[in-house]
Amino acid sequence: MADPKIEGYQFKPGFKGMASDTGSDQTMFKGVHWGKAMMWIFLLSDTFVFSCFLISYMKGRGSTLIDWPNPSEVFGLHVFGVDVPLLLIAIMTFVLITSSGTMALAVKYGYEKNRKMCGWLILATAIGGLTFVGMQAFEWSKLIHEGVRPWENPFGAPQFGSFFFMITGFHGTHVSIGVIFLFIYAYKVFAGHYDNKKRGWFTSMKGDYVEIEILGLYWHFVDLVWVFIFAFFYLW
Amino acid sequence: MTDIKEKEQTSTHKIGIYLWIWGLLFVLSFFSYMVDWYQFQGFLRWSLILIFMFLKAGLIMAFFMHLFWERYALVNVLLWPMTAIACFIFLMVAEFEYTLFSRAFYFVVGGGVQ
Repeated sequence: MADPKIEGYQFKPGFKGMASDTGSDQTMFKGVHWGKAMMWIFLLSDTFVFSCFLISYMKGRGSTLIDWPNPSEVFGLHVFGVDVPLLLIAIMTFVLITSSGTMALAVKYGYEKNRKMCGWLILATAIGGLTFVGMQAFEWSKLIHEGVRPWENPFGAPQFGSFFFMITGFHGTHVSIGVIFLFIYAYKVFAGHYDNKKRGWFTSMKGDYVEIEILGLYWHFVDLVWVFIFAFFYLW
Repeated sequence: MTDIKEKEQTSTHKIGIYLWIWGLLFVLSFFSYMVDWYQFQGFLRWSLILIFMFLKAGLIMAFFMHLFWERYALVNVLLWPMTAIACFIFLMVAEFEYTLFSRAFYFVVGGGVQ
């Protein structure tokens, strides 16, 4: 891998490559698209934001003397006369993983310059994300009707509501922003902006399918955060 | 030079690997749901939840986010800061145990103790 901007640069694999990468002049990550490097840095900072939320949730739940509401019952659904624990959350998890899979394939087909497949898969991802947000809105309204507030709830420790709304709300915001961008990028792929290298309106860089990978990184991160929320908030 | 760049960006991985990881994520999610379904409790519940969580997170990061194929410089820049989060968790566990202790103590004994 050679960087077109830096004469004589040659990428080395392994720890040798890491040493020459971190110790190199002018720029680090030579040959990596700047948008991709910056997306990774953003995701790293976002990881810290979500970690702070989950750690404060751990602190809040661990230090209360009142019993924590049983998430298995609170998030259970009553369908066809049977109480199914965590049903909605399980479906939401599967929907998000499905959309993560379609996104991974979209990135692959994007690099293969398969415009149609890439576009349809991004559209499928966007619809999956939209379904997820819709189910989350349903879940929120259900809990609000049952009397869950950030300061009180009928199930147990009053801190439950504030952590629930804060953590799932922040994650839902990320999903919503992702859905908006997925629709924009689906349009851009179908319109052929990446095939004829049309310049974007914001950074005016030349269109390239690497942007689909950058979008994919964000979307997989949203799925990744949900893995942790599902484990710590809903299952624990 | 542009030829090399072109070649690098068109090289992708076989579709099979993505489908495999996708399937594995479904299976692992199903297993973690089963942890709740069968109402495992105590140490077994926590360890199963954590194992499935880290496996899922690892698969997503390694293959869907391509970290497995990325250069070491990027991987290390991303993963070492996680130790700071681990330290923070360690500190806050000590903190919530102290808060829990003082609440339990003063709710029983009362606030007037010097």
